[in-house]
Amino acid sequence: MSRKIELQVEDLSIFFGGLVAVDGVSFHIKKGQIVGLIGPNGAGKTTIFNLLTGVYAPTRGDIYLEEKSLLKYKTYQRCQMGLSRTFQNIRLFKDLSVIDNVKTAMTQQMHYSMLSGVFRGPGYRKEEREISRRAHELLGLMGLDEFAHDYARNLPYGQQRKLEIARALASGPKVLLLDEPAAGMNPTETAELMETVKMLRDRFDISVLLIEHDMNFVMDICEYIFVLDYGRIIARGEPAEIQGDERVIEAYLGGDALDDEAEDA
Amino acid sequence: MAGKPMTKTKKRGIASLGTLVVVAAVYVLMRVFIASGSLSAYVIGMINLCCINVIAAVSLNMVTGLMGQLVLGHAGFMLVGAYATSIFAKESGMALGASLPIGLVLAGVLAAVTGLLIGIPALRLRGDYLAIITLGFGKIIEVLARYFKGITNGAKGYSGFPTFNVNKQPDGLFSYVFLVAAFVIFFSYTFGTSRHGRAVLAIREDEIAAENSGINTTYYKLLTFTLSAFFAGVAGGFLAQYVSIIDPSKYDFNFSIEILMMVVLGGMGSITGSVISASVLTLLPELLRGFAQYRMLIYSVVLIIVMLFRPKGLLGRAEIQVIKPFEWLLRKFGKKPAASGKGGEGA
Repeated sequence: MSRKIELQVEDLSIFFGGLVAVDGVSFHIKKGQIVGLIGPNGAGKTTIFNLLTGVYAPTRGDIYLEEKSLLKYKTYQRCQMGLSRTFQNIRLFKDLSVIDNVKTAMTQQMHYSMLSGVFRGPGYRKEEREISRRAHELLGLMGLDEFAHDYARNLPYGQQRKLEIARALASGPKVLLLDEPAAGMNPTETAELMETVKMLRDRFDISVLLIEHDMNFVMDICEYIFVLDYGRIIARGEPAEIQGDERVIEAYLGGDALDDEAEDA
Repeated sequence: MAGKPMTKTKKRGIASLGTLVVVAAVYVLMRVFIASGSLSAYVIGMINLCCINVIAAVSLNMVTGLMGQLVLGHAGFMLVGAYATSIFAKESGMALGASLPIGLVLAGVLAAVTGLLIGIPALRLRGDYLAIITLGFGKIIEVLARYFKGITNGAKGYSGFPTFNVNKQPDGLFSYVFLVAAFVIFFSYTFGTSRHGRAVLAIREDEIAAENSGINTTYYKLLTFTLSAFFAGVAGGFLAQYVSIIDPSKYDFNFSIEILMMVVLGGMGSITGSVISASVLTLLPELLRGFAQYRMLIYSVVLIIVMLFRPKGLLGRAEIQVIKPFEWLLRKFGKKPAASGKGGEGA
């Protein structure tokens, strides 16, 4: 099955002074694919996310979203173009309501003027009604609608992670970047999350690139996996190939660690 | 305080209408009181000053409370507005009734332009840096005002511009300042709950996450900063009318801090909090006049106590609805409640 390439990264590199954080990384993600990015701590996974979203400018290389180079665009523009992310340590708008967290990410999909907003003009009422409906729908999909009017900071940890995904979806992404979505979750929550991610992929027709340390999660959900070590991709392939790859086992998993982890589940 | 955040319901429409009625009633009643001569010029002056400080505090709250950016040069914008209004009133030769509204808009626009100019470089910086830059800016405006003697009459103060005669027209200034204060409160509330306001709140909560949610943070920061400067200019224009002389040294760092104190004491991000604490902090020194030399001591102690026991300010981030007490009365004595409390803001 040949699918359209959604996100393409070519020879992506960044040096921090003398430190080579990411070195000549090239990969692409096809439409509707769920792709995993794994590797030991400090391998440069989150740095790649930061490069993709424009937090850092790469020393070398280029990033294309639907064949359009992203390098000259700022973070917020890249998000509007269809690249949104979650964070390793959750970054919600804690003192806003759950639904406002989602609505905030929809800001750019509304077009009423500031004066219309201040004086509650027809544009305001029409668009706010529509956005409110969509936000509730999205929250319902993530099982968060009952908390819509609670403060985000009052949500339990697992729900906060979900809300962050909901917020990332609200901006209408083509590619969703998830930074350790299962971190700190118990096995039940992780399993639930797996289903959610698949469901969202099917429903919104998006591609997903995720960083994750939970091997069961990665092996189960990802169609394709890249393994990063010292800023380079040392292996790539389908989960079965990665599990059997000598270099991966040596460099990252350390001997038979993978088998141990697989038995844990 | 542990209430739920703002929600939108259909009942809100009724509540807003109720609030409008209450505010209009207060306005009409006050004008009747003033016109009938039952309030002394001193009391009317105090009410006017409260309204002016409310405008200043609510406008600062937009940047400091809603957007979470510390600004220490608010008085600078007020000084720009004070000169704009007064010079226009004097030079245009129009009757005050006509020149004041135009002059106030002019004051707002000039202050907003100043805000834009200072905001473009300053808003790239976060937190403390912005505070220091705006601090410097406030000082520069004050120094410039003293330097350009030809326009401002320097340190001697700018005076001789038309103001309302308290004897002939006791409600002259009040009729403007109250309505403008009500408008600024309304504006800042509806702005805060529009799509623009949500973006601004998001910047306060987490700038990086806001940027990653597709929000052009630079744009919204500039927008809010400029709006805040606009209303500060208007407040400055009114203050010049109230004092009837502009002494640039009064619009100094201390004055900026005084306004900031109103915002912090009321609860950063709470509009009604700013309104209440601006009024209290304006009236407190006056009410304490009887205690002569102890009055500033008491004033300071009140501040310390509030900060010790309510570090988030009197109201935190909650809002009080004007309509609430009336709803309560209706429920108690009336047939059926006009609007239930659920649609409001927990406070």
